Amino acid sequence: MRPVDVIVQGVLVGGLYTLFATGLSLIFGVMRLVNLAHGDLIVLGAYMGIVTTQALGLSPFASLLVVVPAMAALGYALQRLLLNRTLGDDPLPPLLVTFGLSIVIQNALLEGFTADDRKLAIGSLATRSLALPGGIAVGWFPLIVLACAIAVIAGLQALLYRTAWGAALRATSDDPVTVRLMGVDQRHMYAMAMAVALAVCGVAGVLLACWTNVDPGAGPQRLLYGFEAVIIGGLGSLWGTLAGGLILGIAQAVGAAIDPAFQILAGHLAFLLVLLIAPRGLLPRMAA
Amino acid sequence: MTALLDLSGLRKSYGALVVADAIDLSVSAGEAVGIIGPNGAGKSTLFNLISGDVRPDAGTVRLDGEDITHLPPHARARRGIGRSYQIPLPFARMSVYENLLVGARHAGRGRVADPARHCGAILERTGLLDAADRPAGRLTLLDRKRLELARALATAPRLLLLDEIAGGLTDAEAHALVETIAAVRASADVAIVWIEHVLHALLPAIGRLVVLDFGRVLAEGAPQEVMAREAVRAVYLGVEDPV
Repeated sequence: MRPVDVIVQGVLVGGLYTLFATGLSLIFGVMRLVNLAHGDLIVLGAYMGIVTTQALGLSPFASLLVVVPAMAALGYALQRLLLNRTLGDDPLPPLLVTFGLSIVIQNALLEGFTADDRKLAIGSLATRSLALPGGIAVGWFPLIVLACAIAVIAGLQALLYRTAWGAALRATSDDPVTVRLMGVDQRHMYAMAMAVALAVCGVAGVLLACWTNVDPGAGPQRLLYGFEAVIIGGLGSLWGTLAGGLILGIAQAVGAAIDPAFQILAGHLAFLLVLLIAPRGLLPRMAA
Repeated sequence: MTALLDLSGLRKSYGALVVADAIDLSVSAGEAVGIIGPNGAGKSTLFNLISGDVRPDAGTVRLDGEDITHLPPHARARRGIGRSYQIPLPFARMSVYENLLVGARHAGRGRVADPARHCGAILERTGLLDAADRPAGRLTLLDRKRLELARALATAPRLLLLDEIAGGLTDAEAHALVETIAAVRASADVAIVWIEHVLHALLPAIGRLVVLDFGRVLAEGAPQEVMAREAVRAVYLGVEDPV
């Protein structure tokens, strides 16, 4: 493959990685919580999409109308009833609880859906492509995924920096104790942030299942990609997360072009390289 | 007429250390009450009990007759209790204006009709208009103290708790801040409870003085009369000359 083609394909898959990473980035930015069940929640979203399309006869895209609100509600309840109790000065309880949650989700999916892998059918959209000048073909579906990723990042950015709710969330992130004096319930804000994060997981999960096969054990690898994208971009920065996702995608595509067996390792090497050059990521949030 | 704030029999202890020992205190709407006492007398604990940061072991806190003893801090803020901390804690990564807006839009919901105008007026009154767009984390100490006051005012409080707001400032700076507080009182129907070590800043601005010692109300009354009492002079001896 020619260099330009490699980079274009890398950018497209980077859109998917950005969607994996967005919820992680938001949650870490708001409450310093590393959600080890994040990948499994994406896979849960994928299975929700599969069940919805089968049970209601909806197209995968229409299933988002069910999956996204359901995941958001799950996120609110999860944070309010479970994760809020783990937050404190000790970083260990949230790690242990979300790790346990990861195992519970994987095994529940295994129990409910067997270990067979599944996929969402998107018909002819899977093969249709846009011919760019220079003989490069760009698949319509990956293009839609990339557009979704950019829209999600831009939307969240606007939500955080242009709305009263966003200001309250940033204030909560800054000082969860003092914000209560401003009439803001920090437990509610955390739960709302998790609702938004899981809504994005729902989008990521459905698009993942349209893109490739998923099985109940697919979560941890998605967590790893998401995590790498967040770190590459810089903790707490949403545009950084987009950059991180794209860089990871490009690195993998370049690796695959050199040798197909080198694809995933190339992504990890790019991650290490960024850590060496810029330990705080490429676009770290400004220190106060 | 019910008092705006009514504390009755408030008790709080940490193990053997009693920080509030059956405190009774009422504050009427629009009143200004000063609170003094030696370090460890339970002044900040009293504020924590009123704002909801700390729950009492016994006793009740009433706002406008409503029992708020078991309400969390954010619910109390929405009912009109505003507070400034002794050590300013601005939302450092947000602009000064945004710092105010959060309180105006959440705690002030229902009392603040136009949050943007409300915050603009407070910025002007507290002398922070020029700093409105600057990150709050980069302010000087004086401006941080002003922001602490401005942010509490943004919630449109009916009861404002000021915790050593003049501490650490020069005399001129403290004087300017006190004038700002006096202007706020003149224009809004807000009651103030004010803890302060800087007596020359506090005494002219208040109508009633309460002296706390070992978690109890040692004396209460008109400022000059209370300061003249023997027991109060004894507590303050060596701490600060009350005259």
